[in-house]
Amino acid sequence: MDFLNAIILLLNYIFVPALTYGSQLALGAIFVTLIYGILRFANFATGDMMSFGTMFAILFTWYFQSFGISLGVLPTALIAIPFAIIFMILYMLIIDKFVFSYYRIKKSPPVMLAMVSIGVMFVTQAIVRIIIGPFDRRFFDGEKFILKANEFKEITGLNEGLTIKSTQVLTIFITIIIVSILFWFLNKTKTGKSMRAYSDNEDLALLSGIDPKRVVMITWIIAGIIATIGGVLYGLDKSFKPFTYFNNMLPIFAAAIVGGIGNPFGAFLGGYVIAFSEIFLTYAYKKFFMYLLPESLEPNTLVQLLSTDYKFAVSFSILVIVLLFRPSGIFKGKVL
Amino acid sequence: MRKYLNVISAYTIMLGLIILVGFLQSWNVALSILNFCLISAVMTMGANIQWGYAGLINFGIMGYTALGGLAAVLVSVPPVREAWQVGGLNMILCVFVITFIVFSIRYIIKKYKKSNQRGFGITFIIIAGIIILRLISAPAIESIEAVSPATTGFLGGLGLPIMFSWIVGAFFAGALAFIIGKIALGLRADYLAIATLLISEIVIAVVKHEDWLARGVKNVIGLKRPVPYEIDLQSKEWFINLIAKINNGSLNLISGTLEKQAALHQLVIEASTVFVKLCYAGLFTIVVVILLIITQKALYSPWGRMMRAIRDNEEAANAMGKNVVKQHLLIFVLGSAIVGIAGAMMVTHDGLFTPGSYRPMRYTFLIWVMVIIGGSGNNFGAILGGFAVWFVWIEAAPFAEYIINLLTSGLAENNQLKEHLINSVPYFRYLMMGTGLLLIMRYKPRGILPEEIKHS
Repeated sequence: MDFLNAIILLLNYIFVPALTYGSQLALGAIFVTLIYGILRFANFATGDMMSFGTMFAILFTWYFQSFGISLGVLPTALIAIPFAIIFMILYMLIIDKFVFSYYRIKKSPPVMLAMVSIGVMFVTQAIVRIIIGPFDRRFFDGEKFILKANEFKEITGLNEGLTIKSTQVLTIFITIIIVSILFWFLNKTKTGKSMRAYSDNEDLALLSGIDPKRVVMITWIIAGIIATIGGVLYGLDKSFKPFTYFNNMLPIFAAAIVGGIGNPFGAFLGGYVIAFSEIFLTYAYKKFFMYLLPESLEPNTLVQLLSTDYKFAVSFSILVIVLLFRPSGIFKGKVL
Repeated sequence: MRKYLNVISAYTIMLGLIILVGFLQSWNVALSILNFCLISAVMTMGANIQWGYAGLINFGIMGYTALGGLAAVLVSVPPVREAWQVGGLNMILCVFVITFIVFSIRYIIKKYKKSNQRGFGITFIIIAGIIILRLISAPAIESIEAVSPATTGFLGGLGLPIMFSWIVGAFFAGALAFIIGKIALGLRADYLAIATLLISEIVIAVVKHEDWLARGVKNVIGLKRPVPYEIDLQSKEWFINLIAKINNGSLNLISGTLEKQAALHQLVIEASTVFVKLCYAGLFTIVVVILLIITQKALYSPWGRMMRAIRDNEEAANAMGKNVVKQHLLIFVLGSAIVGIAGAMMVTHDGLFTPGSYRPMRYTFLIWVMVIIGGSGNNFGAILGGFAVWFVWIEAAPFAEYIINLLTSGLAENNQLKEHLINSVPYFRYLMMGTGLLLIMRYKPRGILPEEIKHS
């Protein structure tokens, strides 16, 4: 019984939250990696682009709510996502047309493009804050829990409860769908293959008749879809605040690089690597050991490897270690 | 003379703008803008050395600034004797343990060839070292933080004049840059950017949460000043006489001794804050001028030429026998040290250390905007960028408010759109920064005052 309790404890406090957070990071990391692989620059506007898409999803959610449209148990934001994606893609294409394409055609070094993306970051941040303000917004509605701790305790008769929020299930579910569609697209369709070819070797791809403009446009469209969905899922699960989104850029970068930048599958797994290590290292294992060990051996400290204040620092340290020993990432980067 | 015409005119316009603020708003505002412009100028000089001279991208400016600020605290605050008594010994022991770990790892790396066993040995030493460190430090930290937590709760500093911290801050930042440089300088440019950005976040996390070091997010306030206090000035005979002399004309117009006295008192209070800010401005100007002379000399020395050669063609420079790795590390340390000075200067000016306020937007990206807009590779350009961007950053809000009022003057006072826009005035500065950066990068990619290379 104690053993089961200990397992449920880990499931409840480590596994489920880490899987959710990891999915959110994974979507962001795939966004970074797509841009890096095909457009060849580190996009510092990642977090703000995600908040831009989420902002539209929130505005549409409010709009639908004012009409009384809702999905019942599911959050209204799910109907708002497609509309938000349209605006997001428009914004991305406009930015590409007026900002990035100039440098791409001039074949500027990647650092230059990264600098330009900082300019885009400032502008996007300003637009988001001017339109929706810098405050914390919660836009989740519908049924909050799928499984409540008390219900779980009653059903199983265990001491430890397992809580599963509907946003967590939604996040994991939608992430898996999106990522599988993406991999199918990249590996099986002609357009996806041309994208991979372009990422692998630009000159060779051009020689074989791939239209670079089309590849770039499709990349922005896919990136826009992924960024919006990732942003909305994060906002539903936690809350929407422009500053938090900006900060999320850092673990997202860490995930993309740890997985091997330019490699979407690596980015996908990198998100989970970062999320799990953050939560594993900062969780206090006292209760876990209390279940497993006999009373005489029970620890009297929190048995916490690192204080939760260092949550971000954990992911960055992993990144530094990976950069030191395997600069191309866990899964060899730079192939799409 | 002709050659310097654009430099001189650009600086004249900049100073004119600041003086204009003095007339339109107040001298207090103008001087605090000037002071922060000077601090930003030091930061941009540091970033410019790395980016402009050597082409190294450093997004960790925030970390070095915070270390400079930490130095200001550790140098100027008097030591907390009680805390040293309860936990000082253990903390010193920790320092010895860390040195021991570092040296033993160095020894192993030197002595043994690369193998799995060596890797395991190093990992074992690190893990064992961390466990020992935790065992020694945990009780000490707890007791140090328990020493009157409302006012101290940390080890305190050395109790020296705060001016020393400008040098100490440079050393702190330089030491951090040395470690980061050893780890990350081999990376490609954009990887380096991301790595330095994340490492600076780690630094901030440590400063924020290690309360025994500098009180963390509880902030350290009331740091000593290198300049007189306003309250002291207001009671000084010579200062009051000076103000009376300056304002002789306007004071003579007032009849009645009592009213005259009151007016003078008001003037003295206003003048004292301005005087303090002027003192700071003087100190900062000295630092900027010294750094400018040094960096300018360095730029046109054989060393500067070598750095440009390395920047423009690393492989060719390497083939000519220049030690690229060593020079990169050197310039990375030097530039970061200059940023450290700026961090210490900033805390000195504010008189308080608030780790919570260090955000990458303000301390890393804004500085980069300054360097790019000003003109990388040109020290005068970098300083001008610091001035111009900081000026816009501060004056953007009143300016945006004016523009919005102008554009929406046709709308009613309680119009929703107008109210919304007025409420979001503070965020227009981001918009201006972003569009400014994008425009400069597109149409004048070398900055307002571009780099000029003297061929001799």
